[in-house]
Amino acid sequence: MSPAITHVTLAANEASEHRPLIITLFALFVVATLGITVWAGRQTKDAADFYAGGRQFSAFQNGLAVSGDYMSAASFLGIAGAIALFGYDGFLYSIGFLVAWLVALLLVAEPLRNSGRYTMGDVLAYRMRQRPVRTAAGTSTIVVSIFYLLAQMAGAGVLVSLLLGITSDAGKILIVALVGVLMIVYVSIGGMKGTTWVQMVKAVLLIGGTILITFLVLLKFNFNISDLLGKAAENSGKGDAFLEPGLQYGADNLTKLDFLSLGIALVLGTAGLPHILIRFYTVPNAKAARKSVNWAIGIIGGFYLMTIALGFGAAALISQEEIIESNPSGNTAAPLLALHIGGVDSAWGAILLATISAVAFATILAVVAGLTLASSSSFAHDIYANVIRKGKATEKEEMRAARWATVLIGIVSIALGALARDLNVAGLVALAFAVAASANLPTILYSLFWKRFTTQGALWSIYGGLIVAVGLVLFSPVVSGDPKAMFPDVDFAWFPLKNPGIISIPFGFLMGWLGTVLSKEEPDAKKYAELEVRSLTGTGAH
Amino acid sequence: MAAEAPPPSTQKAKLPTPEEFTEVQESAEFGELRRSHRSFAFPLTIGFIVWYLLYVLLSNYAGGFMGAKLVGNINVAFVFGVLQFVSTFLIAWWYSKHAAAKLDPKAEAIKTRMEGGA
Repeated sequence: MSPAITHVTLAANEASEHRPLIITLFALFVVATLGITVWAGRQTKDAADFYAGGRQFSAFQNGLAVSGDYMSAASFLGIAGAIALFGYDGFLYSIGFLVAWLVALLLVAEPLRNSGRYTMGDVLAYRMRQRPVRTAAGTSTIVVSIFYLLAQMAGAGVLVSLLLGITSDAGKILIVALVGVLMIVYVSIGGMKGTTWVQMVKAVLLIGGTILITFLVLLKFNFNISDLLGKAAENSGKGDAFLEPGLQYGADNLTKLDFLSLGIALVLGTAGLPHILIRFYTVPNAKAARKSVNWAIGIIGGFYLMTIALGFGAAALISQEEIIESNPSGNTAAPLLALHIGGVDSAWGAILLATISAVAFATILAVVAGLTLASSSSFAHDIYANVIRKGKATEKEEMRAARWATVLIGIVSIALGALARDLNVAGLVALAFAVAASANLPTILYSLFWKRFTTQGALWSIYGGLIVAVGLVLFSPVVSGDPKAMFPDVDFAWFPLKNPGIISIPFGFLMGWLGTVLSKEEPDAKKYAELEVRSLTGTGAH
Repeated sequence: MAAEAPPPSTQKAKLPTPEEFTEVQESAEFGELRRSHRSFAFPLTIGFIVWYLLYVLLSNYAGGFMGAKLVGNINVAFVFGVLQFVSTFLIAWWYSKHAAAKLDPKAEAIKTRMEGGA
C-alpha cells in the first residue's frame, strides 16, 4: 500500500471517527435552512413573492445572496483543486470569474432590472414575438442550469466519498438524491424569498470558513506569501514552473488555444447566467441592483483572493499523490487542507475537516436551490404561462407549474449527477459559462442596445449558440475519449478543445447579426422605444 | 427586515402610452442620457476585456516574461493576476461614481415626468 493511500484512508478514518460531529453540522444547516424556508413560504403569497422575493431585499442583502449563488462548489472545491494540482493555471478561474462581473455591472444588471419582471426571457422577448423567443429563452435557461447543476452534484458526490468513506455507487446516489430532495423542498416551498435567505446564510458560512483556513495557512508561513509560494513550488515537485503559467495548458498550441477558449468563456459567461440574472429582480430598483453587484464584486473578489491561500496552501502542505489519490481532479484539496492544517492525527484536524466539509455541503445545497429556482421559474413563466397558456394562466396556476417543474428538474439533475464525478467541477462549471455566453449574452446585448435586432436574430443567436456550444462539448474530450471523461470507454471526440467558447461565443454573436440582417420582418420600433426608455430610466418598472 | 419595508411607489405609477415612449426616446434629453451611458460603458467594457485578454495571451505566449521573479518567489504572472483584481475593483467604483453623478439624475427626471403623466 502506498503512503498516499494510507493518508487518504486515514483521512476517511479520522472523518468517520468524528462522523457524529459532521452529521450534526450538516443537520444544523439543514434544519436552520428548512426553518427559513417554511417561514419564507408562509410569506409567499403572490407570483412576485415566489419569483422575485417580493422585490424588497436591500442591496447588501442581495449582494450577499448573489455571492452565495455565484460561489459554487466550482469556486470552492474546484479552484482550490485546480491550483493545488496545476499551480498558476488554476488561478485563471479566479480571475475570469471575477472580471466577468464588470460585464454584468456595466451592461446588463440595471437595464435587466428596469425592463424585466421575473425571468431572463422577459427581457429577451420584450420587443419580439413572444412565443418563439420565450420558448428559446426557457430552453437555454434550463440547459445552462442543468450543466451547472451537474457540476454541483459531482461536488456533492466527491465530498461524501471523502467524508463518510462511501465509495459505493449506491451510497453516492443516495446522497445526490438527498441533495435533490432538499432542493425541491427549498424551492417549491420557500420560493425566491426562502432561497435568497439560504444564499445569505451560506455566503456568510463560506466566507467565514475560507477566512479561517486562509488565516491558518498564512499563520503557518508567518504571513509571508513568497514563502508560501516557494513551499508550494517545492512540495509540488515541479519547482518554479508551478508558479508560472503553462503547467496545465502550456503543452502545445492546442492546449494554449484551450486556455484562451476557457478565458473567453469565463469572462463573458457571468452576465448570461439565468440564476444570477433573476437575482436582480429581488431588489426595489436599478440603483439597488447596481449596488448589489458592487457588494458582490467586493465579497467575491475577496473570496477569490483567498483561493490563492487555499490552492497554494494545499500544494505546500499536502503531497500531490495524496491530492490525486483522493480525487483525480483535485476536488477534495480544500477539505484535505483543513485536515492537514489542523493536524492529520488530531481532533482539531478532524473538526476543521468536518467544518469545511459542512460549509462545502451548504455551498452546494444553496447553489443547487438557486439553479433550480431559475429553471423552474423560466419553465413556469416563459414556457407554461406565455407559450402553452398564451398568457391566460392565473398566478396560482403559474406558481403551481413552477412547483411541479421544480420536482421534475430535481429528478433530472439527480439522474445526471452520477455521470460526472471524476471531472474537475470548475471545468464543468466553465462549460455552463460557455453555453451562457454563447446562447444568452449575444441576445441580451443585441436586445438592449441594437435597434434593428429582430425575432429571427434572437432565435438564431439563442439556438445557434446553444446548439454549437452543447454540440462541441458532446464531441469533446470532456464527454469521451479521455480517461477522466464522462464515458471513458468510448471515443467519439473529434473536437479537441475542452471548452467550446472560442468557437461558440463568436458564433452566437454572428448568428444574431446574420438572423437580423436576413430577416424579412421589420423590427418593432415602438416596442424598442419602450424597452430602451424603460431600461435606462426605470419608467414603469415592476 | 426586508419583508417589512414599504412597497415601492412604482407599483402605483401609471404606464405611459407607446406614443409617449417614442416621443421620449427621440427627445434630446433622453439622447443625452443614452450617450452618457454608452460613451462610458462601451469603451470601458472593451478596455477591461482587452486588458484581461492581454493577461490570458501573455500567460499563453510569453512564459519567460510572466515567469520573471520580482521579489522572492513572487513573479510577474502573480502580480499581473492580482492587478486584474485591483482593476476590477477600481472600474466598479469608477462606474458607480459616474452613474450616480451623470446617469441617475437624468434617469430620475425622465421617469418622474413620465409616470406623473405630465
